[in-house]
Amino acid sequence: MSNIIDLSLSELVLNIKNKKISSKDVTSTYIERSKKSKSLNAYNEETFDTALKKAAEFDSKPDFNKKLSGVPIAVKDLFCTKNVKTTASSKILNNFIPTYESTVTQNLWNDGAILLGKLNCDEFAMGSSNETSYFGDVISPIDKDLVPGGSSGGSASALAAKLTPATIGTDTGGSIRQPASFTGTVGLKPTYGSCSRYGIVAFASSLDQAGPMTRNVKDAALLLEVMSSFDNKDSTSVDFKRPMYSKDLSKDIKGKKIGIPKEYRVDGMSEEIEKLWDDGKNYLKDCGAEIVDVSLPHTKFALPTYYIVAPAEASSNLARYDGVKYGFRTEGDNLIDMYEKTRSAGFGDEVKRRIMIGTYVLSSGYYDAYYLKAQKVRRLIKNDFNNIFQKVDAILTPSTPSSAFKIGEKSNDPVSMYLNDIFTVPVNLAGLPGISIPAGLDKKGYPLGLQIIGKSFDEQNILNIAYSMEDKINFKFNLKEWWMND
Amino acid sequence: MSIDLKTVKHISKLSRISLDEEKAKKLETDLNSIFEWIEQLNELKTENIEPLSSIAETKLRLRKDEIKSKNIREDILKNSPDENKDFFVVPKVVE
Repeated sequence: MSNIIDLSLSELVLNIKNKKISSKDVTSTYIERSKKSKSLNAYNEETFDTALKKAAEFDSKPDFNKKLSGVPIAVKDLFCTKNVKTTASSKILNNFIPTYESTVTQNLWNDGAILLGKLNCDEFAMGSSNETSYFGDVISPIDKDLVPGGSSGGSASALAAKLTPATIGTDTGGSIRQPASFTGTVGLKPTYGSCSRYGIVAFASSLDQAGPMTRNVKDAALLLEVMSSFDNKDSTSVDFKRPMYSKDLSKDIKGKKIGIPKEYRVDGMSEEIEKLWDDGKNYLKDCGAEIVDVSLPHTKFALPTYYIVAPAEASSNLARYDGVKYGFRTEGDNLIDMYEKTRSAGFGDEVKRRIMIGTYVLSSGYYDAYYLKAQKVRRLIKNDFNNIFQKVDAILTPSTPSSAFKIGEKSNDPVSMYLNDIFTVPVNLAGLPGISIPAGLDKKGYPLGLQIIGKSFDEQNILNIAYSMEDKINFKFNLKEWWMND
Repeated sequence: MSIDLKTVKHISKLSRISLDEEKAKKLETDLNSIFEWIEQLNELKTENIEPLSSIAETKLRLRKDEIKSKNIREDILKNSPDENKDFFVVPKVVE
């Protein structure tokens, strides 16, 4: 086997099953590469020694009937991993070692995967550039000084730089799809209720979903198949018959109706994005799909709605970090003083900002004007989608309003940073599945993505559409390994 | 509507996050620009719209009230920042 790192997840599984390569070969190859790539700052925690031990164990007693037999995978540091430090990239969780495993990661290990390490992300998944992490900025392998997107920035960077064959992230407002778009990779946010939230550090519970980030659509289908399960430990987990996404993957999308929402043609959208979107429509037509113009009239209200709902839920979820239970404490004169000092020292600026927004919109006298209002607008946004899904099978949009930006470019202006998620946030508010696939390059040579949005629990359909388009797009990015040191 | 420094300090108290004067002023600026942008929601009339609190909109499942985790006292206390491993220890609250 000449080049292990060039094999996709599905190919790796197949080669291990056919005994062409061993789990140890694969694991040590990825570890060596990760060690040479420290300048990307993608890892928060490396579990290389344990991974090698597990790979050797697998090779001595292989079970080839699993879906991810012997494959090493690094995961976002937002998933609790038993006895492995889980920080959510926050100082306040810097000493936290969970005594339990998240359901989604447990599903990966049950299907034969091996933990390679925990990947950097924005603090508590709050950010769009991976610049809010307590452990420093993550760099994109696409270019020096470029953000990988966020919040699953370490995941996107590690995936694009081939430090892991695939990875998993979480997506509350675009945190899988936006970094995937920025790094030329595939990212899927499943329908709310598809993947269990148990053991994922909570940000905004009515929006959070875990999902796969991979090199191609087939890998995303395979990983989703493993991740998604009904779970009694998550009260919003939905009990439905989960398809065999990878087995049922098909390029036959003839006659599918794809909606193009006119409200996504936002003011000041660049010609490059316009062209990317047009090309996408043409590819779909080539595949035999039908393009239908549709309207989602409340689109422009999605972001301000999100910035009430998500911080409100976050302010409540993050109340648990009080210096008593999670390892980090700053002493104070009394109990309240200890709380206030711990939280002031433990949280970063963006997290504080969002806790404050959330506390304000939930506080007495403002609840109706903000929180209740946002919940009503959320209903209107969901109704928009319900209406057009009577007419179309899926929706095609750009994933982001621009390609990746430079580190520091937007970090001093919260609103301009928030606008990054303009095309991804409505999907979370409506609980729908969405996938971003690499679709082209901008003038600077940076990747751009297209997003396909589907009906609830219709992941198979958007995977099929993405699979057909992937073939036509034939995305190529010549990755120069500028960050590697020997 | 604008958020003044006094309100910022009140929210910081409610949030249990202490702020120095400089941070409070920075937050006053940030919060005002964010809420100015959020105000666009007022363009929408929503009197007769039912608020949507959860996308699942299903009834919560009932389950038997039984103990499933046993002897996890140590697990629960494991991440306590205090040396004492029998209790969560906090500063004195009763004189």
